[in-house]
Amino acid sequence: MEVIESGIGELFQPPDPDGFREWVRTGKNTGMTDKVMSEQEAVSRLVQDGDYIGTELYGTVRAPMSLVREVVRQGKKHLRVAGQGIHEIDLLLAADLVDSLDITYVAWEVYGISACLRRAVESGRVKTTDWSNGGITWRFKAAAMGVPFLPVRAMLGTDTFKHSASKVVADPFTGKPVCLVPALFLDVGLIHVHKADKYGNCRVEGISGFVHEMARASKKLIVSAEEIVPTEEIRRYPEQTVIPYYLVDAVVEAKYGSHPGEMCYRYWRDGEHLQSFLKDSKDPDKAKAYLDKWVYGCSDHAAYVELVGADRLGRLESEIGGR
Amino acid sequence: MANYNESEFLICLAAKLMSDRTTAFVGTGIPMLAAALAKRTHAPDLVSVFEFGGTGASLEKLPLGVADSRTFHRAVAASGICDIMETAQRGFIEYGFLGGAQIDAYGNLNTTVIGPYWPPKVRLPGSGGANEVGSFCWKTIIIMRQHDHKRFLPKIDFLTTPGYLTGPGAREAAGLPSGTGPFRVVTNLALMDFEPESKRMRLIAVHPGVTAEQVVAATGFELLVADEVGVNPEPTDKELKLLREEIDPDHYYI
Repeated sequence: MEVIESGIGELFQPPDPDGFREWVRTGKNTGMTDKVMSEQEAVSRLVQDGDYIGTELYGTVRAPMSLVREVVRQGKKHLRVAGQGIHEIDLLLAADLVDSLDITYVAWEVYGISACLRRAVESGRVKTTDWSNGGITWRFKAAAMGVPFLPVRAMLGTDTFKHSASKVVADPFTGKPVCLVPALFLDVGLIHVHKADKYGNCRVEGISGFVHEMARASKKLIVSAEEIVPTEEIRRYPEQTVIPYYLVDAVVEAKYGSHPGEMCYRYWRDGEHLQSFLKDSKDPDKAKAYLDKWVYGCSDHAAYVELVGADRLGRLESEIGGR
Repeated sequence: MANYNESEFLICLAAKLMSDRTTAFVGTGIPMLAAALAKRTHAPDLVSVFEFGGTGASLEKLPLGVADSRTFHRAVAASGICDIMETAQRGFIEYGFLGGAQIDAYGNLNTTVIGPYWPPKVRLPGSGGANEVGSFCWKTIIIMRQHDHKRFLPKIDFLTTPGYLTGPGAREAAGLPSGTGPFRVVTNLALMDFEPESKRMRLIAVHPGVTAEQVVAATGFELLVADEVGVNPEPTDKELKLLREEIDPDHYYI
C-alpha cells in the first residue's frame, strides 16, 4: 500500500500486537481468583510512573473518579494519557502528572473550556498529538481486535490528521485515500461500572461508551464498581457481561465512584461541585487547594464520600429520575 | 410578537432546517435545543443521535453533555461510540451540527488551537466528535453565535473539521465520502448556504433589521450574496413558550 501522507504527531504508544499477545499469554490471570482490593493497593500495584493510561467513560459520566483521585494521591508521574475527558483529565493535569496527551477533547461541555488543559499545553509542559473522537476510539478497537491499525474515513484532509500519528494510504480495493489509525494498547485502563463480581465480571447500564473496546485494549485493567454482586447473578444473565473476569486485574468497590459525575439510574451529576472546581481551576493556587481538600486531604474513597456528605449524595440519587 | 434573544432566534432557525423522519447527530448546546424543538413541532419522528450511544431519546429533559443519561432517556437504543460513529460512516445520519472558534469561506472549522499548534496561544478542546460529524453526515449545519472578523476568517489557524476544504472536489480527492459537506451556516446575523459551483459560503437570508451589507462587512472573507436575499422568520410565540417552559426551563442555554 502506498503511503500518501503521514501525520507528524508523535506516536506516544507505538502499536505492538505481538508484544500484547505475549503479555496476554503470560501476564494475565485466567484463574477464577478473588481480585477485590482497595484502590490504594490496586493503583500502587498496577500503575507505574511513565505508564500510558486511559479512563472510561468520561468526565461527568460513569468516570472512574475514585481511581483517578488515587492515582493523584499516589503521585504517579510522567504519565501518558488518552485524552478524552473532563474532570478526570483535569485532575491529572492540575497535579502535574502528565507528560503527553493523545487528545481528542478535553473541556467541560456546557460549562466551558478547561483552564488546566490551557495552562499545561500553552506553557509547553504537556506534549499533544491530536485525534478525532472516533479516531481515538477506533485505535482502542484496533487494539481490542489484536490488529496494528484500522482504516477509517475520518480526519482526512484536515490538520487533525496532520497533527495525529495516522497515515493516509491508497485503499488497495477502491484506490481511494483512506486514513489508517494505529492500535492503542494501554498499559493500564481504569473503568468504572455499575456491578462487578469479585472475579471481575462486569456490567454497565445505559450507554456503553467505549467500555468494550478499552477493556480489551488494556494490558492491565482496574475496575471500580458501584456494587459487588454474587457471581450467581452474573451467571444467570451472562448476556449482560460487558467485561469478562479474565480481562480484569483488580476489582475495587466504590459506591459513588463517579462523583462528581453521574452514574445512570443511580445518581445525577453534582453540578455545584463541578462548577466550583471549574471556577477554582482557573487559578493554579486554587486548583492546588481543591486537590488538597478533595484528594490529598482524603485518605481514601470512603473518606471522600464522607466529606461530600450523605445529604448531598442522597439528593443526587433523587435527582437522577427513573427509566 | 414576543421579545426574544439571539440564542432563541438561532435555535428556532436551526430547528426549522431539519425535516421529519430523518436523523440528526447532536452535540452539546444549541443543537440539543434545536432537535428538542423540532421534535415538538414539525419533526416528531426526528431521531436524535448522540456520539456516546444514545439514539432516539425523548429529549424531555435537556442533556448537559453528549453522554449523560438524558441522551438515552426513553431512547430506542443505548449503544456505544463505535456504533454511532460507524452508523454515520455508513451514511445513516442526515444532519450534523457543528460549531467552532473560527470558520473560513469553505465552512472549514477550528476547535483545536489559536496560534501555532504547539505550544499554542490558546489551547481549545480539540475535535471531539466534530471531525466525524463533518466528515460523515450528509448535511452539516454550522452554528456560529458571533458573526464577526475574529471568527469568520480568510484562513483559520487549524483545520479541525472539514468543510469543503479548498473548494469543489477537494473532499472527494481527500477520500471523504462523496456528496457530504456543509449545508447551512446560522449566525446571530444571517443564514448562509454554500454556492454549488464554487462551494463558497453565500448569504441567503438576513435576520429582521439586519442588512446584507452589514453581514458582508462582518465577514472576514469575501462572502457571496444570493441574487435574492430573504428575511428569516422570527420565533413564534408557540416556539418561545416551548423553549422557555418545556425545553430549557433552567436557562442553561437561553
